[in-house]
Amino acid sequence: MKRNLTILLLIVFAGILLVLAAGFTYGTPLASDMDDYFIRFGQAQIAANNIVTTIVFDYRGFDTLGESTVLFTAVIGVSLMFRRFFGGEDDADE
Amino acid sequence: MQMSKIVRLSADIMYPFVVIFGLYVIMHGHITPGGGFQGGAVVATGAALVIVAHAFHDVKAMIPKILLYLQESGGLLLFIGAGLAGMLLGFPFFFNWLANSGSLFGMPVPIGPNPGELNTAGFLPLMNIAVGIEVWGGLTLVILYMLSGVGKEGY
Repeated sequence: MKRNLTILLLIVFAGILLVLAAGFTYGTPLASDMDDYFIRFGQAQIAANNIVTTIVFDYRGFDTLGESTVLFTAVIGVSLMFRRFFGGEDDADE
Repeated sequence: MQMSKIVRLSADIMYPFVVIFGLYVIMHGHITPGGGFQGGAVVATGAALVIVAHAFHDVKAMIPKILLYLQESGGLLLFIGAGLAGMLLGFPFFFNWLANSGSLFGMPVPIGPNPGELNTAGFLPLMNIAVGIEVWGGLTLVILYMLSGVGKEGY
């Protein structure tokens, strides 16, 4: 009974989302000032053909620095968690 | 226990090509789709291929873990260092001080569609290489640690 109610609620929620999403039109975003700026001046300012790389590594370079730090921290966390399986302190490489 | 000889031989033959393709994706990050993160993940997939095909404890001695640690830390340091190097020359942090300068990676590109040139884009290739080295070392370490737990049970 409770399970059926959950499924029904999920379906209703998904329907509401779909109805809302159907109202959007593709290809005409509300605010496109930044996109137009990147596409118009990206090649001249950064001298790269790939606009996505230009945004990720130059215009939003500080963001990518945080992304790299997150990866570094994740690897350290995995190393700490799985250390026992690898042999722990008995392992020669540790 | 390990996989059959066919699987092991195929993995050994495929490994250099996977690594070369990953390095290609890293190196051409500013021209074609892809970049440091994607290329590093492709290279790490090669390590996963070899570990799955062979038994983990046969491969363990072949992969120098200290090198992977150095790669991971060195890549991040190179990334920050490339951003800080501009500050020594009087530019803001993370300013693209190599673009359009005429030196290394400093050629300008024509506006609009063009065939692409490797020697462009300022420090974007340096950043791609740094992030690629970091992701290569980091993801290979994650794969090594996670598959080591499977290997202990003897499959």
